[in-house]
Amino acid sequence: MGRDRTAAIVGIHEYPSRDVEGAVSPLQIKAECAARALADAGLGWGDVDALYDAGDGGMMSGLTLAEYFGLHPRVIDTTMVGGSSYEFHAIHARRDIAAGRAKVALLSYGSTAHSNAFAIGVGGMGGRGVPGPADNMETFAGSTLVANYAMVARRHMHDYGTTSEQLAEIPVATRLHAMRNPEAVAAMQALEFLDIRETRIADVVGSRMIADPLHLLECCMISDGGGAVVIASPEVARDCDKPPVWILGGAEATQYRENGGDITTTAAAQSGPAAFAEAGVAPGDVDVAMIYDSFSITVLAILEDLGFCKKGEGGSWVEGGRLRFDRPQDGPALNTDGGGLSSNHPGMRGIFLLIESARQLRGTSTSQVEGASLAVAHGNGGMLGSRHSGGSVILGRN
Amino acid sequence: MSDPSRPLPSLKELDTKPFWEATKQQQLTFQECEDCGEVVFYPRAHCTACLGRSLRWRTSRGEGAIYTWSVVRQSYHPFFRTRVPYAVAWIDLDEGPRLLSNVVGVGDPATDVEVGQRVRVEWEVHEELSIPLFRPI
Repeated sequence: MGRDRTAAIVGIHEYPSRDVEGAVSPLQIKAECAARALADAGLGWGDVDALYDAGDGGMMSGLTLAEYFGLHPRVIDTTMVGGSSYEFHAIHARRDIAAGRAKVALLSYGSTAHSNAFAIGVGGMGGRGVPGPADNMETFAGSTLVANYAMVARRHMHDYGTTSEQLAEIPVATRLHAMRNPEAVAAMQALEFLDIRETRIADVVGSRMIADPLHLLECCMISDGGGAVVIASPEVARDCDKPPVWILGGAEATQYRENGGDITTTAAAQSGPAAFAEAGVAPGDVDVAMIYDSFSITVLAILEDLGFCKKGEGGSWVEGGRLRFDRPQDGPALNTDGGGLSSNHPGMRGIFLLIESARQLRGTSTSQVEGASLAVAHGNGGMLGSRHSGGSVILGRN
Repeated sequence: MSDPSRPLPSLKELDTKPFWEATKQQQLTFQECEDCGEVVFYPRAHCTACLGRSLRWRTSRGEGAIYTWSVVRQSYHPFFRTRVPYAVAWIDLDEGPRLLSNVVGVGDPATDVEVGQRVRVEWEVHEELSIPLFRPI
């Protein structure tokens, strides 16, 4: 197994509240998470020399946030590719640290999507001003974000015989993990989930349809929240308070609608193999799979494309509770924090994939996989059925 | 207050402007590269295969097949919320372009639409342009 020692996650923090009732701003969430993640590592503001952000500070986010935080970074990266931005940031931070341009990289995220009643999944598409060419060809049809993903699920069902019951395995597994995570339970309470308990396949396929064939319990929540991750060079990591979680490999990709293209194949088909190759490991070695669960189908298609099973066989592969944290012999545990489906989704969930991966590799998850030593965090940004980004990050225990 | 209306494309977006202008005459158009033959859609000023800039406009016969589809049952958009449930679909035109639209003229969109179903364009006429919708043949 390749054991690259270029850069490591040394500090993490996940904002505990999912409903701030409009009393805390996204920037305040970011700053608090950043401070706590630095404290987790045993570092301070003065140690940070590289700033990564996905636009929370507005159009000139790198400038705005440097001032807001009170930093003078030597590296600024405001890559914004939706929910997977934080996987891209982790890959870039590792690259910048390897190049000697930075020693301590700060990634952060804050959002009050819930407080703003931002109907991400079922709002109308399009915004103000002159739209881009793609939007200008699509907005008139009134598709929603849920319908966009639903059309991937529909085609997957058509091509491979995948069933709703198979897709339901994903929310059933993440809910099991959520019920073991007090912050996830509190989140579901704060967001007034109707039935906060472990679910069965029948509960998922019996919940109301939002956009056929996706049911309510196959769709992520819309919460407030945020988080921060500190990534450091080996020299810095050695003296941090927590054991380093090494970034062993990473790769980026985009995938978009093409005439005659296959909508069921995601960006992970490009980024996954490249990331595993860089890390010198194989999907079969992975203990924990933190995969962006905006919807059930997102996870199913990405599991296939990352190489956990053959394309089209994801449905049968996930059957029988395979993704639970307590079945390590069957392959990786999925989203052991409860995922976007049942714990935390303020719009761009990618940072939590890194945070829970780090918890697992520190041995501190509420659904700890016994002996976990290797995790993959795969973020998905944009919209799976039209244009999306994928960032795969392979992480290893010290 | 007037009834909410369908959000219409902008005629100020320069790549797609010729497409929408042609819809006024109920022409469903797409581009083909004169250098390499690539079908380019959505419209652009360059060929996405060879980067050539010699794209010619062709008119589709307006028929194709449903590649995939969904039924929108919940929308907060002021117009579309009045229309639920309705079918959205990616449609593969016979000439090659894939476009997003609605499937209309079906009784129950959840049961009367399927992958591979043959459809034909049907125009919803507006003042400056027309919207291509699709009906099963």
